[in-house]
Amino acid sequence: MYSSKVADHIANPRNVGELDDPSGVGDVVNEVCQDRIRLSIRIEGGTLAAARVRASGCPPTLAAASVLTELIIGRQITEVQLLGRTDITSALGRLPAAKAHCAVLAIDALRNALESSGCEPPDPGATSR
Amino acid sequence: MLVYLDNSATTSTAPDVVAAMLPYFSEQMGNAQSVHSFGQRAKAALEKARRQVATLIGAAPTEIVFVSGGTEADNLAIRGIAEASGQRRGHIITTEIEHPAVLATARALEEQGVVVTYLPVSRGGLVDVAQVGRAIREDTVLVSIMHANNETGTIQPIEEIGKLLGEAHAAGHTRIYFHTDAVQSVGKLPVNIHSLGVDMLSMSAHKIHGPKGIGALYVRKGVRLGKILFGGHHERDRRPGTENIPAIVGFGTACELAGASLEARMSRIADLRDYLERELNDRIPGVRANGDPLARLPNISNLSFEGVDGESLLIALDLKGVAVSTGSACSSGSLEPSHVLTALGLSREQVRGSLRFSFSQYTTREEIDYVVQVIVEIVDRLREMAPDDDAAGVRNASAQS
Repeated sequence: MYSSKVADHIANPRNVGELDDPSGVGDVVNEVCQDRIRLSIRIEGGTLAAARVRASGCPPTLAAASVLTELIIGRQITEVQLLGRTDITSALGRLPAAKAHCAVLAIDALRNALESSGCEPPDPGATSR
Repeated sequence: MLVYLDNSATTSTAPDVVAAMLPYFSEQMGNAQSVHSFGQRAKAALEKARRQVATLIGAAPTEIVFVSGGTEADNLAIRGIAEASGQRRGHIITTEIEHPAVLATARALEEQGVVVTYLPVSRGGLVDVAQVGRAIREDTVLVSIMHANNETGTIQPIEEIGKLLGEAHAAGHTRIYFHTDAVQSVGKLPVNIHSLGVDMLSMSAHKIHGPKGIGALYVRKGVRLGKILFGGHHERDRRPGTENIPAIVGFGTACELAGASLEARMSRIADLRDYLERELNDRIPGVRANGDPLARLPNISNLSFEGVDGESLLIALDLKGVAVSTGSACSSGSLEPSHVLTALGLSREQVRGSLRFSFSQYTTREEIDYVVQVIVEIVDRLREMAPDDDAAGVRNASAQS
């Protein structure tokens, strides 16, 4: 049902936790299923230097939260702002159609975290990919 | 280690069952309706299996109708009675926690004008017998209530309901037929159609180490059923279609094996189940058992893990070689929460955090030890990963334990 990449992130979630001194925090809940992702990020000199994540809910939500941190840590903010839903699903191999909203939730968490850190939100066009 | 704890979904076919079936795929391949010797040997095997199935539930062989499985048995019972009673009228009583094979059939009949009452259940999942009595109407033709629930293992008071319906008949009510889906209880409990007082009873082979694709409906002598399939005159004109002799032979053998030392086998399984529950309760805070604590099958444990998503737990367990289910196995493709656990009044979170462990005669204590070990690790990891205020309570409790 789930790809080996999703399985790997479930078995070994990356960068779990919360930063002590974050530049911004995104905490989002899917109101339908109550899945939740809380992402804290630290930005240093235009680079996303550190990120930690917590998540609760179904397997793809946990995997999306985990893989999100791999996609953003060490990247330029200008690159991070361009990330969208399909970057999450591509990084996870694939997601069942009924679980695509989990990737959206991860991008929403990223967007909220960037906004709370004072960055421009990601390109809306990019998030709708 | 690979551990299969999803035996309420399906069981492995017992080696003796496979061995009994094999000749009927090849050298004994006759059609039981044929008059030549090949056909007569198939017919003899069919009737032997019918006796084996009947013996397990205390029925006469002529009261056993072989069908494709539990779903068809439920359909034949419910639609068969509705057909015989005249479509588009009549009243049926069932419960909110039935298997979809009963619920969907009842809903389909509602579309045709039949009135259906869906009785609620207690917090433990039990039907109130008095409530069954109060639901009876002048035009009630059928009561269909499962013997044991497939998600929680809760055993319904079928015997008392049977008596109640007998009393209603004695008091002058037109005969109300009584059907029970015993797919989960046959082979796990002593099941006798006379003491249960049922007119029809659904069974399935693959839940008792028989093959998939074969089941039976017990139909008490004298009960008139309308047809749901049309064709030849097989199964005393109740179910057309060439008999699946290998599967039927396997089913018969499985029934014979299931009846042998049933109580000793189930007592051992209940000990394993209790051991699992005790260990998980001792080692993980926020674990709750669902279903009635006393009226329950020996082989099912339904547990809710606070602050954890059941599907995430299931997938993580699967990665460790452990197979369990969350919600109903038959509903796992849907995003709806289990209708059974919802009917028990569990909160959305409790339903979401539920797992069903179902054991078999092949389950070992070493397997349970392994399962406990990996669940402790996984629940801890999932709770650690959850945002603080989602898991704070159980995480703090965990730190103290």
